[in-house]
Amino acid sequence: MEKLRGRAWKFGHDIDTDMIIPARYLNTSDPAELARHCMEDADPSFAGRVQPGDVIVAGRNFGCGSSREHAPLAIKACGVSCVIAASFARIFYRNAFNIGLPILESPEAAAGIRQGDEVEVDLGSGTITNLTRGEQYRAAPVPPFMQEIIAAGGLINYVRRRLGKDEV
Amino acid sequence: MSMTITEKILAAHAGLERVEPGQLVNVRVDLVLGNDITAPMAIQEFRRIGVERVFDPERVVLVPDHFVPNKDIKSAEQAKVVREFAREQGLTHYYEVGRMGIEHCLLPEQGLVAPGELIIGADSHTCTYGALGAFATGVGSTDLAAAMALGEIWLKVPPTIKFVYHGQLPPWVGGKDLILYTIGKIGVDGARYKAMEFTGPVIEGMSMDGRLTMANMAVEAGAKNGIVPPDGVTLRYIEGRVKRPYRLYHSDPDARYEEVYEFDVSGLEPQVAFPHSPANVRPISEVGLVEIHQAVIGSCTNGRLEDLREAARVLKGKKVHPYVRLIVIPGTQEIYRAALREGLIEIFLEAGAAVSTPTCGPCLGGHMGILAAGERCIATTNRNFVGRMGHPESEVYLSGPAVAAASAVLGRIAAPWEVQ
Ligand code: SF4
Repeated sequence: MEKLRGRAWKFGHDIDTDMIIPARYLNTSDPAELARHCMEDADPSFAGRVQPGDVIVAGRNFGCGSSREHAPLAIKACGVSCVIAASFARIFYRNAFNIGLPILESPEAAAGIRQGDEVEVDLGSGTITNLTRGEQYRAAPVPPFMQEIIAAGGLINYVRRRLGKDEV
Repeated sequence: MSMTITEKILAAHAGLERVEPGQLVNVRVDLVLGNDITAPMAIQEFRRIGVERVFDPERVVLVPDHFVPNKDIKSAEQAKVVREFAREQGLTHYYEVGRMGIEHCLLPEQGLVAPGELIIGADSHTCTYGALGAFATGVGSTDLAAAMALGEIWLKVPPTIKFVYHGQLPPWVGGKDLILYTIGKIGVDGARYKAMEFTGPVIEGMSMDGRLTMANMAVEAGAKNGIVPPDGVTLRYIEGRVKRPYRLYHSDPDARYEEVYEFDVSGLEPQVAFPHSPANVRPISEVGLVEIHQAVIGSCTNGRLEDLREAARVLKGKKVHPYVRLIVIPGTQEIYRAALREGLIEIFLEAGAAVSTPTCGPCLGGHMGILAAGERCIATTNRNFVGRMGHPESEVYLSGPAVAAASAVLGRIAAPWEVQ
């Protein structure tokens, strides 16, 4: 599996889906439009400054609140390569896997990484390297069933395969 | 081997003798639900799967309730996608403006939820239906798409935390206060990935409306589902609504719980959650002076008949404070009509409130009561996150209907007995 590399954007605990993408923008599901307002109520400058490959690093319970899949979609569409958090809210966790946004659970990394640090993520091994500080952290292993979904290229492909259809 | 009610329902739908917390199971769903925000994305993914028909047109429910009556062109386009899909698929349970309600008020009322059933919905507050002794949980749009195609979903069996409520609820204290108090105790991730089982004499004595309010907010503690053991109250509620066979499950006396909390509620005061977290809870006596600009009574948490009755009891013969807007939103068309018949709507209008057709409206900052910067609202809704009801610099305080109504009259957060 590929390695991801980018700068860290640091957020606190309990970052809810209203912060990730406020409901006032949910009258569309166009990823590009959602991306323009990503994290707006947590950091209004985020969407304008985030670079492709950058990584979101947050505390406990990231993505709590609504079931809106617009949340991981907005994050993915604004170029963020992966989200690292001490823990994730459960619906966000499912949604991220289903749409193919890599997420890693690591309290260590969430505590060690600071705003702006250069971070490299090896999704295969679950190793997170902080290039700025010369530190390494381990992420919780991805459950085998989730790995199957990722390997299939998301839930839709997984279901197509189950129904005996070709992948899209 | 002993199991909890949640484990029993999951086992039954997985076709297994028993299941254990942590186990991944593929379960049959009795009902799947989507709304005007989550369904359009699910419909798009459903098309990508490449199946022609949903697994069962009687078990796929679509309720446009968030941005309806359509607030702008884009939301009208979204609702249109949902409507056309419902017609194309011949869905029996599609609810149009004028005949609809907020999904989580509507489904139990229409008899679409029965005890022992397994329901998933692309809306986080799907957990509301646990009040009827069903397993119900929220998922995202892609999961909804897969479930619409397969009639199945994979789930991890959650460990259960049991909450036992003892004592006698004081006047003006109800389900909303109990659940706010509980979330205040365990925090917004206190039940993350877990089942919350609400039990004890206080729950047994509680109406279905109160139970629905409690199960509704289980997700605010991070829970996968909230559940109330079915009893006489449940059976009376579903009588005349549910016409198909159903099954009552109960936790075994020696079922294993991850944790058990026991609360004595006899001294409990009405609770208020301060910005910006549903766990930031204080009893009414410790609120201090908090002036408000708006009060909202409605939502899938507290938009039911009993909630409107409670608000009307406070508002009868009173006037809304000159500096306050009070917005009342009955949860469904049925609730609206019942409130009209009982004279509640008259009381609200007399008091100077705006009464809206059923909609999520301001609850998620959609429409019908958006806040400006610096404005403060007390609401019977379930979330007070930053920007939830409008401007990121506005504030939402959560309470039950009695406190919201009293606050509307006095222009500051107040206890109902201050109005009498
Ligand atoms: S009333 Fe509020 S919480 Fe309930 S479904 Fe609507 S937006 Fe969601």
